[in-house]
Amino acid sequence: MTKIELTVDGAAVSDDVEPRMLLVQYLREKLGKTGTVIGCDTSNCGACTVHLDGTSVKSCNVLAVQANGRTVTTIEGLADTAEGDLHPVQASFRECHGLQCGFCTPGMIMQAVDLLGENPDPTEEEVRLGMEGNLCRCTGYHNIVKSVLHAAEGAKA
Amino acid sequence: MTATQDRPAAEIGKDRRRKEDQRLITGRTRWTDNITLPGMLHLAMVRSPFAHASITSVDVEAAKASPNVVAVLSGKDFGAELGVCINAWPITPDQKTPNHSPMPADRVAFAGEIVAVVVARSAAEARDAAELVDVEYDELPAVIGIKNALKDEVLAHPDLGTNKSALWVFDSNEVGTGSDVEAAIETARTDGIVIEREYRQQRLIPAFMEPRSVVVDPTGEQITMWSATQIPHILRFALAATTGVPESKIRVIAPDVGGGFGGKLQTTPEEWIAWAVARRLSKPVKYTETRSESLMAAHHGRDQVQTLTLAADKDGKVTGLKVHLDADLGAYIAVVGGGVPVLGAFMFNAIYKFPSYRFECQTVLTNTTFTDAYRGAGRPEATYAIERLMDELAAEVGVDPLEIRERNWITHEEFPFTTVAGLEYDTGNYEAATAKARESFGYDALRAEQKERRDRGDRVQLGIGVSTFTEMCGLAPSRVLGSLDYGAGGWEHASVRMLATGKVEIVTGASAHGQGHETAFSQIVADRLGVPFEDVEVLHGDTQIAHKGLDTYGSRSLVVGGEALVRAVDKVIDKAKHLAAHLLEASEDDLEYKGGRFTVAGTDQGVAIQELATAAFAAHNYPEDMEPSLDADATYDPVNFNYPHGTHLCAMEVDTETGAVKMRKYTCCDDIGVIINPLIVAGQVHGGLVQGIAQALWEEAVHDDAGTLVSGSFVDYLLPTSADTISFDVVHTDEPSVCTTNTLGTKGVGEAGTIASTPAVVNAVVDAIRHLGINDIQMPCTPERVWRAIQGSKAGGATETPPDAMPHFAEGEANQQSHEGALDQDGAGQ
Ligand code: FES
Ligand code: FES
Repeated sequence: MTKIELTVDGAAVSDDVEPRMLLVQYLREKLGKTGTVIGCDTSNCGACTVHLDGTSVKSCNVLAVQANGRTVTTIEGLADTAEGDLHPVQASFRECHGLQCGFCTPGMIMQAVDLLGENPDPTEEEVRLGMEGNLCRCTGYHNIVKSVLHAAEGAKA
Repeated sequence: MTATQDRPAAEIGKDRRRKEDQRLITGRTRWTDNITLPGMLHLAMVRSPFAHASITSVDVEAAKASPNVVAVLSGKDFGAELGVCINAWPITPDQKTPNHSPMPADRVAFAGEIVAVVVARSAAEARDAAELVDVEYDELPAVIGIKNALKDEVLAHPDLGTNKSALWVFDSNEVGTGSDVEAAIETARTDGIVIEREYRQQRLIPAFMEPRSVVVDPTGEQITMWSATQIPHILRFALAATTGVPESKIRVIAPDVGGGFGGKLQTTPEEWIAWAVARRLSKPVKYTETRSESLMAAHHGRDQVQTLTLAADKDGKVTGLKVHLDADLGAYIAVVGGGVPVLGAFMFNAIYKFPSYRFECQTVLTNTTFTDAYRGAGRPEATYAIERLMDELAAEVGVDPLEIRERNWITHEEFPFTTVAGLEYDTGNYEAATAKARESFGYDALRAEQKERRDRGDRVQLGIGVSTFTEMCGLAPSRVLGSLDYGAGGWEHASVRMLATGKVEIVTGASAHGQGHETAFSQIVADRLGVPFEDVEVLHGDTQIAHKGLDTYGSRSLVVGGEALVRAVDKVIDKAKHLAAHLLEASEDDLEYKGGRFTVAGTDQGVAIQELATAAFAAHNYPEDMEPSLDADATYDPVNFNYPHGTHLCAMEVDTETGAVKMRKYTCCDDIGVIINPLIVAGQVHGGLVQGIAQALWEEAVHDDAGTLVSGSFVDYLLPTSADTISFDVVHTDEPSVCTTNTLGTKGVGEAGTIASTPAVVNAVVDAIRHLGINDIQMPCTPERVWRAIQGSKAGGATETPPDAMPHFAEGEANQQSHEGALDQDGAGQ
């Protein structure tokens, strides 16, 4: 067991974890942050995407111990949803029907936020390439791409 | 009938943002794997690495000694309480059906089959211990691939004596819906056109994004199962029928479910094992599969060889169609199993006026993952075959593919039309959908560009693919299902509860997993009952709340479930009217219902439906001849399928030097009757399109000769990404062909995109290189297959046709030569 201390969605947390525990397991099993989900075992699907110190990572590809001393943001901490707030990218996904079953959605939104942080005014092509690591089986990506472009558009206005 | 309000529909047709989304975009979801119960134990499965083997021993001692392991159980530790996995649709009375134990004690029949289960205090500990279970196997010869199975040399289940499970036949001449297809083919051989082809429907994996997960809680009076399933009601029935627990003691809940596409239309070994273990240990248990397990052991889809003969006269007017399918069931006959190809039986004739038709389907057993429904289930296969053949016919006659279709389709004046397969298509307008798609696509300009590139000898050639599909959906009239020997009906149930505060609860037997029922059903109720959209709450997916239902698949929820809802609402309005007349001291005949309010004609007196709900709750003053309640139920059994249709046009660029293919444009004009929510419809179409396109271009589940799934992870099973796909041009006809068999005039849309798109894409790829002498590329049309086809044609010959590829064709037929780009028809993809 290794002791880790980190900040998750604005709260300081500390736990003893097995060295092999993945960050995604830590989030789900220890912290109950079940908004972040697991879709594969080969780091292909992106369903588990969170932000580590502000940059998107696949949390199934990071050990919990690697997050020691760092800051993690999940879909649950992206906006003050208890207050009814939505992050503009969350709002865009709803507005543009960028989700159906919603299983890929937390990862998609976290990836999109990061993408727009890097490139606030992307072309459709850039969005498609930037979201390539996140799989969706429901939407055919059409409305996901639209959601990201819509969020970029909204940020300009 | 009911006095329904006549105010203009405010909600139906509106692009309402979805009610579901708030929880999904904020991570406030309840997936099955999110559920944790006090004292809950975790399961890990031990799976066979062999496709076919006897189990000689299972040594669990080391696993049992592993930290925090509570139990390790194998097939021999259970008796009848383990139950069996059912096949609900034996397609013929003499179907050969292997016994399907959730965890066999003696013999495994596919790689990935479960032989033991480890129960531990954490999922990680269960998985660790699963590695320590020592199973000894005696390997048996495995049969892989349809053609091998048909030889009956190696048997998937030796005790059955054959791999051939059932032969299902429909012949229009025998049932009187058409003439003799053999005669039509004979005539065409001498005085017309005969097109003979063999098409391969490769094996696919539904690959929903949420891995399957099940939680069973045996504490309390009812045993509760949460499952990532499309079919909580069918699951409950099957648990009761096979495990000896009374149905009334079983509660099944499908919480938030992350996609299904037919892949969660199953009663699974994993669910049965979790059920048995929880009962055995009297503790809540959870099992969540890994993606690798999901790809290996959750059911696969498609997997057919289609042998097709189309007869036409010299002008390309079709005269007959003969279809022989060989369909791979895998190792067991899953819940719908052999019924999937049979669902295609009625659709090969599609929108065309075939005078004669014969369909045969031979199902076979192999030592591979069992197959079952995948989006479209039977209808994509049929649509692929006929739409590919129509393009071939057009090429043979030398006319545009749209022209050949127009010569043969049912014209809009001819509806209702009874087809050669015996279905009555109520409405449709193929001319209108085609005209609109053609215009939106820019068909003529793209054809001109194609010609220009061809003339120029451009390295990158352009191809245009057409698919004018129809399908039968809204499963299904119960009597029809009965006549096909399906084990259940096709009705749906709905309840409307008028709450004391004026809010409305809708209970539906449909079980959404991404379709947006909460939104669409609220729109329907808001309009019909005249209450605010926001005041309607849709409840579903829990057999204790939605006690009756037949769940969600086959594009049925709106057209069958929605109709049940309409009828329940109408009953509420009837009751409310009686109460309103009493309270207003008026005659029911003088009451008008509009905007959620009864008014007395010619007065300013009135009462709102919400007030009536409160009055019924208080029950201080109501008529003698009614109960103090406005609530109502309805169970609706559809009278017919419904028949959405559309024209899909696809432009593909093919690099003739590398074989690379690239989608340039995709336009579809679907006629799905009245649209409740255009936003949701567009989403269904987009997602469906990409699944169909993925079959054409990327996806294939491949077992090697030993029966190991080679495409067992997302590294190898190529799900399309955002970078692989394009944005689509989705349009609808200006005047939809309103469905005549339901009140709202709706048709199903859940599967349309998948059914239509596959042939449109392959037709486009072939069209781009047809001038090189190529008339087929086996799916998926990978760059390598395309490149090989081009190389084969450059070398002056067709790719070799495997000797047994077209067994029933007459030799020496002109259009016999195959240019298939398949690497190895017998090996790859089976
Ligand atoms: S779960 Fe992390 S990439 Fe799939
Ligand atoms: S919305 Fe279902 S996987 Fe993306």
